[in-house]
Amino acid sequence: MIIATTSGPFTHKANTVQKVMTTVLLALLPATAFDIYLFGWPALLLFAVTIGSCVAIEALCLSLVDRPAKITLSDNSAVLTGWLMASSLPPWSPWWIGLLGAVFAIGLAKHAFGGLGQNVFNPAMVGRTVLLVSFPVIMTSWVAPHPLFSAGSPGVSDAIAITFGGHMPDTVSAASALGYVKTELSRGIPVNQSMTQLPDLMDMALGYRAGSMGETSAILILLGGLFLLYKRIISWHIPVGVIVTLFLMGTVFHYFDPTRFTPGTFHVMSGATFLGAFFIATDYVTSPVSKSGQLVFAVGVGLLAWLIRTFAGYPEGMAFAVLLMNAVTPIIDQYTRPRVFGRSRKGEPLPLSKEKP
Amino acid sequence: MKLFQIRGGIHPDYRKEQTSEKPIVAMPLPAALYIPLQQHIGAPAEALVAEGDLVKKGQMIARSQGAVSAPQHAPTSGRIAAVAEIPAPHPSGLPQLTIILEPDGKDEWTVLPSPIADPFTVAAQAIHARVAESGIVGMGGAAFPSAVKLTLGTQKKLDTLLLNGAECEPYLTCDDRVMREYTEEVIDGARIMAHALGAPKIIIGIEQNKPQAIAIMTKAVASIAGVEVVAVPVQYPMGSERHLVQALTGRETPARKLTADLGVVVHNVATARAVHHAVRFGRPLLSRVVTVSGGAIRDPRNVEVTIGTKVSDLVEFCGGFAVRPERLVNGGPMMGQPLPSLDVPVVKGMSGILALTAEEINDSPTNPCIRCGTCVTICPCGLSPVEMSSFIRKDNLEIAAKLGVMDCVSCGSCSWVCPSHIPLVHYFNYAKGMLNDQDRERRKNDRVKTLVEARTIRIEKAAEAKKAALAAKKTAAATESIPAAPAPTAEEKVNA
Repeated sequence: MIIATTSGPFTHKANTVQKVMTTVLLALLPATAFDIYLFGWPALLLFAVTIGSCVAIEALCLSLVDRPAKITLSDNSAVLTGWLMASSLPPWSPWWIGLLGAVFAIGLAKHAFGGLGQNVFNPAMVGRTVLLVSFPVIMTSWVAPHPLFSAGSPGVSDAIAITFGGHMPDTVSAASALGYVKTELSRGIPVNQSMTQLPDLMDMALGYRAGSMGETSAILILLGGLFLLYKRIISWHIPVGVIVTLFLMGTVFHYFDPTRFTPGTFHVMSGATFLGAFFIATDYVTSPVSKSGQLVFAVGVGLLAWLIRTFAGYPEGMAFAVLLMNAVTPIIDQYTRPRVFGRSRKGEPLPLSKEKP
Repeated sequence: MKLFQIRGGIHPDYRKEQTSEKPIVAMPLPAALYIPLQQHIGAPAEALVAEGDLVKKGQMIARSQGAVSAPQHAPTSGRIAAVAEIPAPHPSGLPQLTIILEPDGKDEWTVLPSPIADPFTVAAQAIHARVAESGIVGMGGAAFPSAVKLTLGTQKKLDTLLLNGAECEPYLTCDDRVMREYTEEVIDGARIMAHALGAPKIIIGIEQNKPQAIAIMTKAVASIAGVEVVAVPVQYPMGSERHLVQALTGRETPARKLTADLGVVVHNVATARAVHHAVRFGRPLLSRVVTVSGGAIRDPRNVEVTIGTKVSDLVEFCGGFAVRPERLVNGGPMMGQPLPSLDVPVVKGMSGILALTAEEINDSPTNPCIRCGTCVTICPCGLSPVEMSSFIRKDNLEIAAKLGVMDCVSCGSCSWVCPSHIPLVHYFNYAKGMLNDQDRERRKNDRVKTLVEARTIRIEKAAEAKKAALAAKKTAAATESIPAAPAPTAEEKVNA
C-alpha cells in the first residue's frame, strides 16, 4: 500500500536550483577567465579568496541557524554571489577586500534576511557597495592589463605579495573609462575632448582595458548572457530594458550637449553595463517575478545608472541603481501582477455581453 | 480555422508512445465487481438491490438522487454479494457504499430501453432522459453527470458543442485510441449531443501530437455539414475546458461563469461514444477505456474495462509490475489523484491508471523559493503562484483568496516547472479546501442567524398577540362585569 502525501503533479521538469546556478556560473566563465588572464595571478588569487570566503560564511551562517549546510551549499548560490562580487572588484585588491565583501554580501545581505530567496537586496552588490563606500581608494585602483606570462605580469610570488602582502605597485594605476571622463569633466575638460584619450569602442568591447575583474569584456559577457537566454534561465526583458534605457538616455542627452554628456554607445560599452544587465539585475531573488514587472525594473535600473554616472559623485552607478530598484521590487511585484483568466485587471469577473461575438 | 493564443502552459514529456500504438483490448470479467454508489460529482446514487438479489446485465441497480446525480447499472448478470463499504478510489481511501456483484458468467442482458431510431427528430428532452437513465458522466475525468450538462441548451442559447479530444495529460492515450478505433461512434454521439443541446455547430479539438486521430476524424467528418476537426497546439493544459474554448473560439469565460454562458458546451470524446451507445442501442454505461501505463507496468496498454473491476485485477491483466512503483495515479500524472492502494474499483471517470517509477516522477526535496518567476509566466490562469503560496504557508488565506487562489484550476504547471520543487498545487488545494469550509461555515452561520432572528420575531409577535388577546379578554370581561378571579390569600401564597 502506497500512501499518498501530496497532490500531483507526479512528474517534474528536469531542473533544480543547483542546475540554474551552475548554468549561470558556466555563462560567466569566458568573461572571467579572460580577465584573469588579462590581470594575471593576483586576480586569480583574489577570485579564489572571494568565492572561498562566501562559501565559508554561508556555511557559518547555516550552522548558526542549524540548517543542513551540505544540501544548501550544494545549490552553488554562495559560489555565484562570490563570483559576481569578485567580478566587480579591482583585480589587484588585497585579500581582505574579498573576505570583508563576503561578510557583508552573505552574512548581512543574505542570511540576516533569512537566507536564499529571502533577501531584498542583491548580495553581491551589497558587498561591492559597502566596500566602495568604505574603501574608495582601493576600490578604484584599477590596473592596466598585465596579461599572464607577458613581460610585465607579476609572477606567483609577486602576486602573493600583491594580494596578501598589500604591496600594490604604485605605477600600475589606471583609471577606468567612466572615471577618467568624470575626473576630466570636473577639471573643466569637455567630454568630447577627454573621450579622445580613451581606448576606442572596439577595444572596450573586446575588453583589453583597465576595469573590474570580470567586466571588461562586453563581448564575452554578452556571449554568456546570450547563453543564459538560450538556456531560458533569463528572458530578454531585463537585459534589453537596461541597455536600451542607458543607450537612449546617453544618446539623447549627448545629442543636445556633447561637451557635457557621454554618448549612448559609450554608456553601453563601459563599466558594468553588460555584467549588470545580464547577470546582476537579472538575479531572480531580487528582481520582479512577472515579465512586465521586470521591464519596469529594468528601465528603472537603466535610468538610475545613467543618472548616477552623469550627475552623482561616483563614476559608476550600476551597483547603486540595482540596489535602489531592489528596494522597490516588492512594490513593482504588487502592481504588475498578470490579469487573471476570466477577470478584468481590477479582479472583477469579465462582463458577459462584451465577450459574446 | 483561426486559432487563438492561450496564456502560459508547459511542454512536459508526453510519454504517450508507450501505449499510443496499442489497440484497445477488452479485459475479461473478473471474479467480482465493485460498483460504488458515487462515481460522479453530485449526490450518490441510492441502491435498488440487496444482498442475494439476482441481476441482469444493464439492469439499474442504483437510482440517481437529486438534480445532480447518476444511476449505476449491473455491468453483467449475476448475484449481489453485498452492499457494503469498501475503500473508494480517492486519495483518502475512505470507505464508500459499494454494490458487490458476483458475475454468473452468462452475461445475460436485461430488457434494455428501446433504441431511439432517429435521434435527430426526437425532442431534446428524450435524449436528456436517455442519457440520464444510462448513468453517463463526463469521462474525461471530472465525472460530472452528462445529462445535466446536456440540458444547458434549454436555459442558454448555445452555438457550439466542443468535443474535447485534446488529451493533454502525458501518458494517456485512451481518447486517442477511442477516436481512432470508434470514429463513427464518437461522431454520431457528438451529433446526438449537439442536437440535444440545440447547438448548430460541432468543433472537435485534438492536440497536434495525435496526427492519426486528426486524420481519421477529419476524413470521417468531411461529408458532414457543421462538424469540424481542428488540430490545436500541443500545450498543456490545452484540454482544460475554458482554455480549449478560448483557443478555438477566442472567447474567454468570465470568472464564476460557465462556458455555456458564452454559447459553448464542452464534452469529452469518450462521453460522446457512451451517448451513442445509450441512444442507438439503449445500453447504459457499463465499461470504459482506461490507459494503463507508466514505467512500472510490464505491459502498458489501453484496456476496455468493466466498471467495478478492481484496479489490482486490471494491473494483473497488464502483466503486473515490472518494478516496484513509487506512485499509483488515477488519471494523468499532472492532474490525476494518487491512489491509496490497488484495492479499489475502476470507476466511470477513470481515464488512466499509472504506476510510476521514482525516475519518472523526478521528485526531489523542496528548496527555498528563488523567485525565478517561471510559475507566474506559465500559469494558464494568470495567477501568481509564488505569492499565493507564501501567503498560504503563513495561513493567510484571506490574501490568498484575494490573489485568486479560487480561480486556480490545479493544472499543476507551476509545480511541474518549479526549480525548487515546491508543491505549489498542494498549497492551493489546501487553501481551496479551507476556504470552501469557511464559506460553508459562514453560510451555515448566516442561515442559523436568520433562523434565530425569525424565531425571535415570531416569539415576540406571539407574545404581543397573547398580550393583546389578554387585554381584549379583560376589556370584554370588564364590560360583561364578570368578577375577576379572587386574588390569592396569604395562605395560598405561602403554599405556592
